[in-house]
Amino acid sequence: MIDEKKINEVTKERERWEETTLQRWVAQRPERKSEFRNHSDMLIKRLYTPEDIKDLDYMQDLGFPGEYPFTRGVHATMYRGRLWTMRQFSGYGTAEQTNRRFKYLLKEGETGLSIAFDYPTITGYDSDHPFAKGEVGVCGVTVASLKDMETLLDGIPLDKVTTSMTINGPAAMLLAMYVAVGDKQGVPRIKLGGTTQNDMLKEFFAQKLCIFPPKQSLKLVTDIIEYCTRNLPKWNPISISGYHIREAGANALQELAFTLYDGITYVESSLERGLSVDEFAPRLSFFFASHNNLFEEIAKFRAARRLWAKIMKERFHAKKPRSMWMRMHVQTSGCTLTAQQPLINIIRTTIQALAAVLGGTQSLHTNSFDEALCLPTKEAVRVALRTQQIIAYESGAADTMDPLAGSYYIESLTNEMEERAMDYIQKIDDMGGAIAAIENGFFQREIADSAYRYQRETDEKERIIVGVNEYATGEEVPIPILRIDPKVEMEQVARLQRLRRERDNRKVEEVLGRLHYAAEKDENLMPIIIEAVKSYATLGEICDVLRKVYGEHKELIVI
Amino acid sequence: MQRGKKIRVLVAKPGLDSHDRGAKIIARALRDAGMEVIYTGLRQTPQQIVETALQEDVDVIGLSILSGAHKTLFPRIIELLKQKDLTDVLVVAGGIIPEEDIPEMKKLGIKEIFGPGTPTDEIVQFVLKNTSKRA
Repeated sequence: MIDEKKINEVTKERERWEETTLQRWVAQRPERKSEFRNHSDMLIKRLYTPEDIKDLDYMQDLGFPGEYPFTRGVHATMYRGRLWTMRQFSGYGTAEQTNRRFKYLLKEGETGLSIAFDYPTITGYDSDHPFAKGEVGVCGVTVASLKDMETLLDGIPLDKVTTSMTINGPAAMLLAMYVAVGDKQGVPRIKLGGTTQNDMLKEFFAQKLCIFPPKQSLKLVTDIIEYCTRNLPKWNPISISGYHIREAGANALQELAFTLYDGITYVESSLERGLSVDEFAPRLSFFFASHNNLFEEIAKFRAARRLWAKIMKERFHAKKPRSMWMRMHVQTSGCTLTAQQPLINIIRTTIQALAAVLGGTQSLHTNSFDEALCLPTKEAVRVALRTQQIIAYESGAADTMDPLAGSYYIESLTNEMEERAMDYIQKIDDMGGAIAAIENGFFQREIADSAYRYQRETDEKERIIVGVNEYATGEEVPIPILRIDPKVEMEQVARLQRLRRERDNRKVEEVLGRLHYAAEKDENLMPIIIEAVKSYATLGEICDVLRKVYGEHKELIVI
Repeated sequence: MQRGKKIRVLVAKPGLDSHDRGAKIIARALRDAGMEVIYTGLRQTPQQIVETALQEDVDVIGLSILSGAHKTLFPRIIELLKQKDLTDVLVVAGGIIPEEDIPEMKKLGIKEIFGPGTPTDEIVQFVLKNTSKRA
């Protein structure tokens, strides 16, 4: 806290400055806008001074890295010890093609894998299902059975490389396949490291790739948390994700608040399952977007860590410091990329990536400049990875911890983010929690309103998007586009049908029968799903059994 | 169309892709411009889209797709529209559709493709202009 006498002095001087120097200047040169606001609709002041952080208590609000409340970072040395994990989300075409992309990225210096699955996989349909037509391998890699997963991870040592899987509805099945490949490689399960996104709540109002209804989905999420806590100690069973909330149109504050609320819900659900908070909480992980406003994003990351630490300590009475730390992955924001003048997306991505690093992320994905047009080409993804490497090795941003701490602006914004996120959390509590907020359309409405506002501001040029509503060239320089050969689908369907002929179908039926029974009995389904994938039951077959027992989710449409 | 009758628009999301931010914004912008908007929600098959268009008696169908499956799904939708004799419905599309696919899509009968970054007003004006001719 700053000395009161000093603050009064600053106030007096600021008032003098406003009446003299500032007034004279502004009288002749008006400011560009009557008011400045960030994406979260917070009013940005002209100037921040010690007055704005006069109540900041260093030990209580900031503390030291690696200690509560983790505002300054989760590790004691941060990037001086080890740089963040450079983890590029990738996947397209067949398992074989993506396996080659993985090996290329590892060779280029990537330090962890991140699998992007195609829509049929994400929504739990086999490659030959009518819904899969035209979508196989198009938006990600197609994995319909353990056979595909074996090809995808061929030659990649699962005891050395950690893997993040962006999978939610069928997270249990894909995790089971990963475990099965690990077993085949002879890697002890306690050594398997990685993350399943497994955050179903945000699916219902943001990413909207759902299979089962909310309550049954939450049950499966909790199965994975419980199973990993007991069997896969190095696996992050869940990545509580704000990224998709943001991409769907939310602002930074909504992203922060809704994500933390989802986190609260998973903690409650795991406690109800009978786990103790200090058993599972250290392995909860988070995933945020990094948008264009550098300072707003940095403040969001810092506020997220501090608020989560407080929630874990005060609301859930965690004892272990690691139960209170928030480890996060960040991805630069896909929705900020423009199809116009695609090369300038490299610059946007650089600013966003810098925000993530200054905000203390543990892992980072940088988007490729061509992603408003297609999945990234090899050349584009290399530039994206190089962006991270330049920040890491050349910018100096990784040389000291939480370098913006103490900035009047950053600390003030961090406080405001935290306070206003708390207001949202209170509001959702009063509503009856996250599932109630999904069912009554609260999240959906909030996001749709923000998305529409963003678009109106862009249309009316209150928000300038370089190359789109200002500085457009009209002539576009064509860039190479990655296209998926339609042969991918034909070959995949043939492969899948061959698998169904060649496997032991009696065994498959028997395991699927037991899965049905276990689902009805409300058992933890992970062990039986591992058995099912090992019998080469397909993803679609396993999901179909659960569709029968749980029913399917019907979208609540909110425009 | 009759004078004074509101333009009826179906905003539809074919395929498995769940990126509905654009579709919802367009739905709202068209509604704010005084049109009657029906939004299908996600994961619609070509059959469902055409069925809804028929039942709702729409003047316009706006297809939004970002998954890359347009080359499979759009021709199917157009084919079904023809089968149902809905050839006078104005069909437009938006999303991520590579430049080089646009001529092929237009040849099918999709009147216009609006790429990322298109101002909503441009879409509203296009719909107004191209439905008034249908009187």
